[in-house]
Amino acid sequence: MAEATVKRPGRWTRFMAWLDARLPVTETVEYHATKYYAPKNFNFWYYFGVLAMVVLVIQLLSGIWLTMSYVPSGAGAFASVEYIMRDVEFGWLIRYMHSTGASAFFLVVYLHMFRALAYGSYRAPRELLWLIGMAIYLALMAEGFFGYVLTWGNMSFWAAQVIVSLAGAIPIVGPDLMEWVRGDYGMSEITLNRFFALHVVAVPLALVGLVFLHIVALHHVGSNNPDGIDIKQQKDADGVPVDGIPFHPYYTVHDLQATVVFLFLFCVVLFYAPEMYGYFIEKPNFEEANPLKTPEHIAPVWYYTPFYAMLRATTFPLFGLSAKFWGLVVMAGAILIPAILPWLDRSPVRSIRYKGAWSKLMLGLLVASFVALGYLGTIPPSPGATVAAQLLTIVYFAYFLLMPWYSRIERVKPEPERVTR
Amino acid sequence: MNASPVNKQRRYFLIGATAAVGGVGMVGAAVPFVQAWLPSARARAMGAPIRVDIAKLRPGEILGPIPAWRGQPVFIVYRAEATLAKLRGATGALADPDSENEAMQPEYARNAWRSRRPEIGVYLGLCTHLGCSPKYYGEVRPETFDANWQGGFFCPCHGSRFDLAGRVVKSVPAPDNLPVPPHFFESDNVVVIGQDGAAA
Repeated sequence: MAEATVKRPGRWTRFMAWLDARLPVTETVEYHATKYYAPKNFNFWYYFGVLAMVVLVIQLLSGIWLTMSYVPSGAGAFASVEYIMRDVEFGWLIRYMHSTGASAFFLVVYLHMFRALAYGSYRAPRELLWLIGMAIYLALMAEGFFGYVLTWGNMSFWAAQVIVSLAGAIPIVGPDLMEWVRGDYGMSEITLNRFFALHVVAVPLALVGLVFLHIVALHHVGSNNPDGIDIKQQKDADGVPVDGIPFHPYYTVHDLQATVVFLFLFCVVLFYAPEMYGYFIEKPNFEEANPLKTPEHIAPVWYYTPFYAMLRATTFPLFGLSAKFWGLVVMAGAILIPAILPWLDRSPVRSIRYKGAWSKLMLGLLVASFVALGYLGTIPPSPGATVAAQLLTIVYFAYFLLMPWYSRIERVKPEPERVTR
Repeated sequence: MNASPVNKQRRYFLIGATAAVGGVGMVGAAVPFVQAWLPSARARAMGAPIRVDIAKLRPGEILGPIPAWRGQPVFIVYRAEATLAKLRGATGALADPDSENEAMQPEYARNAWRSRRPEIGVYLGLCTHLGCSPKYYGEVRPETFDANWQGGFFCPCHGSRFDLAGRVVKSVPAPDNLPVPPHFFESDNVVVIGQDGAAA
């Protein structure tokens, strides 16, 4: 250090040294950004993780502002939403941001999950990263559900009634559990109040914590890439992966571009179709909650409909347990089964690029069945639709349950040594 | 400084004992939080029995979904003589024609009409599937959901069907008959819902 004393370091350097001695600022920035080496072959599908973060920020910000004018009471909830829409300055904008944000959140998360399925991002050593991601998804579903109830429109009310009744399908404890969840004999203001607490405090807190863990786990194991190969296998003399580039500035700038495009599309929906013709905000929700009048046709918002269709498709009792109970099992199973993917995939390769025909076919069928079930969940029940939903439910589960078999027997292409374009 | 070797056994015992006592404390502390989710005193008071005047109800008509008991819709149906005969007759299409699931009605309603008085049926208007409120289709005529409809309730949410005694049809999502709430007739024209008898 003796030769360095010729010139005194500048003010900024001294300030950073002071700061770094007290808080690991430079270390953290280097670890997570400027010296975090991400594979250089990220493609379109790698935007959605960052976009999910962007939407999370939109939801937190608009949500905090909505809480300032919202009244979580049975008599006041619906009116306060209308008050926000009509009387609060820019209240309509903030409310539509939040409702559009909810749909955008699920859209980017589904695409983000598809990316993981396609490129085998859930495979070792990323199992825990995948499980944390699944926990985020579950928290997000809970958050979306509680928030949907808060507007206290008639669809909100009855959708909540249906979802809470699911707990009643559990043998023995079901009815008491239902009463405990609602805090009343039926859905009421008491239920609304607790859902408010969960929506604005408990779940967001968990969500933010889980997102933090997700990123820490990601940066610990390193990002996967479209080739599904480990870039840490090929390092240069300095120990830097030859196929990696620093996340900052390369991917930050790259993602900024995607964020601008995303926000542009977000605004198109926000300003021109915030209700998305009844798909984001359903028509019966412009009517206040009425415990005595079920809407003609109950359907959840689009992001839950694939699972709702599977619930409705379960129409027969089995082993002495009711169809209702099995419906709950099928729905919960469909939501949770992706969690065990790391242990179902026996393929010697990670990425769909090098997997065989079976994997490609099954992934295609999974996407098709998910979209088709999503559609069936939005339409009223009919015998034909029920049979279709039953077949599609089998297709959905086949992707997961047959994976140990088809991922092992199919012929795979050899993985490259280095990432490709 | 103590230079003696660490007594690991004692250390593990102390850690284990501390964790166990702390765990018990945590469970105890969780009790009020769990209990706070049960129906409050106010909710229980609001769930008190209600009295309904049925003087104006005529055969074939329904009183419902108003009145509500415990915030839930109640159906009071007045069934004509012809309907009663039919309810006792063909029951092959029903899942539980003889009300064998005891949880779904009080003992006094375990009969062909599932009611205290044959003509007056009192049911909770919530589908036993997922709690939507079924709609009353009282007339015998072909409906879009059943060409051979004999009158009853149809749930628009998931297509469950019930007859005029609230008995569920086979192969629909709903597993059970519509529940019969505790009720009794205070006089010819007044039914009390939420209580099994005046003495209670």
